[in-house]
Amino acid sequence: MRRAYFKNNWVAGLMVAPQLIIVFTFFYFPTSQALYWAFTLEQPWGGGNTWVGFDNFRTILEDPYYWSSIWVSVVYAVGSTVLAVGMALTLAIFADRQLAGYKLYKVGMIWPYAIAAPAVGLAFRFIFTPGAGIMMFVNQLFPHLWNPVDDGNQAMAMVIVAGAWKQVAYNFIFFLAGLQSIPRSLIEAGAMDGARVLRRMRDIQLPLLAPTFFFVLVINITDSFTDSFGIVDTMTAGGPSRATNLMVYKIFNDGFQGLDYSGAAAQSIILMLLVIALTFVQFRYIERKVHYT
Amino acid sequence: MADIQVHQVRKSYGKTEVVHGVDLAVATGEFIVILGPSGCGKSTLLRMIAGLESVTAGEISIAGRVVNDLEPHERGCAMVFQNYALYPHMTVAENIGYALKVAGLPKADRLAKVASVAASVGLTEFLDRRPGQLSGGQRQRVAMARAIIREPAVFLFDEPLSNLDAKLRVQMRHEIRRIHNQIKATSVFVTHDQAEGMTLADRLVVMNKGVIEQIGTPEDIYHHPASVYVAGFIGSPAMNFLSGQISAQHHAVILANDARIDIPAALAAQHDGALTQIGLRPEALTLVPAGQGQITATFDFAEETGPAKLYHFRFEDLTISVLSPEKHDLQHGQPMAIKAQPDAVHLFTAETGKRLTAHDVARERVPA
Repeated sequence: MRRAYFKNNWVAGLMVAPQLIIVFTFFYFPTSQALYWAFTLEQPWGGGNTWVGFDNFRTILEDPYYWSSIWVSVVYAVGSTVLAVGMALTLAIFADRQLAGYKLYKVGMIWPYAIAAPAVGLAFRFIFTPGAGIMMFVNQLFPHLWNPVDDGNQAMAMVIVAGAWKQVAYNFIFFLAGLQSIPRSLIEAGAMDGARVLRRMRDIQLPLLAPTFFFVLVINITDSFTDSFGIVDTMTAGGPSRATNLMVYKIFNDGFQGLDYSGAAAQSIILMLLVIALTFVQFRYIERKVHYT
Repeated sequence: MADIQVHQVRKSYGKTEVVHGVDLAVATGEFIVILGPSGCGKSTLLRMIAGLESVTAGEISIAGRVVNDLEPHERGCAMVFQNYALYPHMTVAENIGYALKVAGLPKADRLAKVASVAASVGLTEFLDRRPGQLSGGQRQRVAMARAIIREPAVFLFDEPLSNLDAKLRVQMRHEIRRIHNQIKATSVFVTHDQAEGMTLADRLVVMNKGVIEQIGTPEDIYHHPASVYVAGFIGSPAMNFLSGQISAQHHAVILANDARIDIPAALAAQHDGALTQIGLRPEALTLVPAGQGQITATFDFAEETGPAKLYHFRFEDLTISVLSPEKHDLQHGQPMAIKAQPDAVHLFTAETGKRLTAHDVARERVPA
């Protein structure tokens, strides 16, 4: 890797300034504001905030709706990550076989990632609507089978599919790059040793893909907690009966719809801590198992 | 134990043909070295035998069985790769035993066999390490052990020593030969290093641009190269080439400046007037007192090789090098007489570069 060295500190400072300003403006400043909100309560008709300590957190954690929101978020995180990682891995393994036209396919695969989440949500809302298209046909065959507006599990499944669909593209690129960085001769050595395609995949390719797998896992889980707002908002708005009321959506709902800034700020602090803790655990306990040399 | 028959084998990638109809017969237990520059198709040929590349046309059979459409592991071959291709996430023991594990051998048998093979190549202390923790030579041994443990009928080597330093390369060369003498598997070894080829091979196959130039024992190929290409490729320091015309009257090749190099009379008689490339090995040339030589050339510079010294001369616009164990104190630009041993003169046709021999010509003349 090429490195640049600067004799003047201020030149170096100038170079990193744009990035620092962005990080401060859009991360540290809002976070500090959220911290301030989380530990204070705004007076009913304005006029300054009162320090309330952990009262906001206590209120949230005593609220059964909040716990249900955590549970729903975990279901969504596990569901969408498993689906997105599994699908992407399968597709990447096929693309890695370099069948005819795989380059075109590779380019096509990345596009969904470029689509904004609300657009994905809207598209899948049309696909899964019970009143038209393929789901109407299904409902005709099995009356009353599909109605996500009514059935919380179905709504959750629908949100998971949409979220995973968007993430598959991103994962696919990483898996494909990971697979292609495995030296061809290792696969050939496996073939000489008598291992067939599936055996080679299990014994050689997948273990060597572990670092990529780990990276993708961290990104997916983090993303599913923080980046799912657009999809939920357009598809279910958290319903039915809070069945898809993910933590990030509940923050928006309580804060901007219910105008409970302090409660929402406390929730966002909890969400942030949760994501930090998850990432820490993954790096601490999983990462060390995936590197060999 | 198995012999290998390669019959009219061709390989194309798209419209580009890289191997142009190769015939090769390897006897059971024989050690064959395929020698050639990079891109000559030698690795492709080896990989076709291994089953890692499809055969575009022709037929390959191992132990009397056509293997064109068999999977690599069904052919009974083991292969040592250029970069060793060790599984980085497995220990040395797991690397060596992987083929047995795939074959479903019980764990106890497998471990016993791994231990004995590892001992035979001196890896016993390293069984629990990962390849990343080994030196180049040790990795090479693991790759060998991984191939040996399968007790293959055919052993394939794809430039296995090219990543090692010079000293280790010689050492591993000896080890490979020792192992071959022990297990007697039919072996095909691909390399671009002529020293490896000359020392390891029972028979040497010299390839160039997708065709076999010559097959023979190392000795045969050194003393009777079939073409200018082989003559120039084999032998270090490389052979000198000069152009001239054969004269039956002088039973010699007449070079520029009326220099003459004596050749056998029969050969001269059969090829009178033919334009020829004459090949002279540096070690077959001697420096002689003025007037006794065949070529007079001006001294350029000398290289010390240890047991002998390599003297470089200019003759017309060509370079002639002479390997001489004797000490000569020469000045740059000094003219010097050079003499060739008559029995070590190689003649090739100027047009095709094929070797000229009395025998061949005699056969050609029969119908006439």
